[in-house]
Amino acid sequence: MNGPPPVVLSVSSLCKRYGETVAVDDISFEVHQHEVVGLLGPNGAGKTTTINMILGILEPDSGEVRIEEFDLAKRRSQALRLTNFVAVYSPLPGNLTVIENLRFFGMIYSVPGLSERIEEVIAQFDLDRFRKVKCGVLSSGEQTRVSLAKAMLNRPNLLLLDEPTASLDPSVARDVREKIREVTLQGAGGVLWTSHNMYEVEQVCDRVLFLSKGRILLEGDPRSLPRDHGKETLEELFIAVAREPLALERD
Amino acid sequence: MNLGRTAAIALRQFYLLRGSPARILPMFAWVAIDIVLWGFITRYLNSVASSGINFVPALLGAVLLWDFLVRVMQGVTTAFFEDVWSRNFLNVFATPLRISEYVGGLVISSIANSSVGLVVMLALAGAAFGLSFFVYGLMLIPFLLVLFLFGIALGIFGCSIVLRLGPAAEWLIWPLPALLSPLACVFYPLSALPRWMQVPARFLPPSYVFEAMRGFVRGGHASPSAVLAGGGLALFYVLLAGWFFTRIFKHVVRSGLIARYSAESLS
Repeated sequence: MNGPPPVVLSVSSLCKRYGETVAVDDISFEVHQHEVVGLLGPNGAGKTTTINMILGILEPDSGEVRIEEFDLAKRRSQALRLTNFVAVYSPLPGNLTVIENLRFFGMIYSVPGLSERIEEVIAQFDLDRFRKVKCGVLSSGEQTRVSLAKAMLNRPNLLLLDEPTASLDPSVARDVREKIREVTLQGAGGVLWTSHNMYEVEQVCDRVLFLSKGRILLEGDPRSLPRDHGKETLEELFIAVAREPLALERD
Repeated sequence: MNLGRTAAIALRQFYLLRGSPARILPMFAWVAIDIVLWGFITRYLNSVASSGINFVPALLGAVLLWDFLVRVMQGVTTAFFEDVWSRNFLNVFATPLRISEYVGGLVISSIANSSVGLVVMLALAGAAFGLSFFVYGLMLIPFLLVLFLFGIALGIFGCSIVLRLGPAAEWLIWPLPALLSPLACVFYPLSALPRWMQVPARFLPPSYVFEAMRGFVRGGHASPSAVLAGGGLALFYVLLAGWFFTRIFKHVVRSGLIARYSAESLS
């Protein structure tokens, strides 16, 4: 019998304060291979702070982040070589063309056989006609596809997606979701995904973590979790987390 | 250290340059204007001075060497500012890129950038005003090396300040060479400064280079020990600037400033 899939991300007792404000309060969770984990919660719940700590651009006050076998604090470069990310608030430089951006980031991630890999992701995300177009003139949907292509360049073991479909129309968003799902199932990685679109979360995520005031309030299957807490839909549960976190904590 | 990542930073700079006349023009336009201006000033001084001193190698050469230092510094800072202007810190620093690789890439970009400026200055100063760098003999190599190292140190220091204080601090960095130039003794000997100003001047590597250069022009001899002292100081400043940048980077990662860079502060 097969054991559980290997852990690609392990977060242990992570804490971050900004002065008196507790942004992340002692959270622990794991992401496994082939798993899409949704990190949900209202604005200011600590999602982006958590993602920033996993990406190594924010140092935790305490706790540990391990990506595969690498402790991020001690072996930052090795750990981050196994990751990649897309964040709606961090588009690729608009003054470089699609191909220039892909080559630049491919070199940063030391992607072997880079030229061939660039062609693969260009085909995968249907970017051929934009290869010599500067990213700054692309539409939001096209820019997201370029960001996804960049994020897939190094076949990351851990993919971090911070609201990747936030600025996309429903049709493009569905394409993007399908592509990410497909890549996750085919590849060797896991995904940590934040979104405010509960329909999307139900479609894509295998497991969700609800964050409120920096703590993990609920965890489970997005399709069964609402009923477990007396709610009809994930959106209702989300609203309850945002408005009555203490009531859910007592549950 | 992964050379591929360092090369990526330099390659990015090349991509930006080749598609942008606004970036290419300043590489040689301002230094060319400086050479023309100072070329005519030295020509005029040569015609009115009764001492028989040739001002071309002393003054125009000094301008050329000082502009080289400025170009080196700006080569580093401009490559860094590209990440500031395109709000690219998250994309760049949430990657396996090490600080040494990043700074190494900035330095390579600067070498390419300042080399273009140097060639243009040499060609113009030689063709229009008869300045030949051969007048400095082999001492030209240590002169350029010391100024290059100090320009790199200034550039890295400038990047650190902007990383710490936010995008608006860029305006503190551009005039940095002008602030240092009185103490660098570009146009006059160290002895021309009041005694209290000579102390900080002795801590600036360019002052050793320009003293040596004037000595060479006067009598064909430059003190190797003075140039060596300048080189040692410049190397020390490069290491100090690298250490300072690393400290600042760790601070902005600890405080969260790098993730909210456009806010400039967390208060």
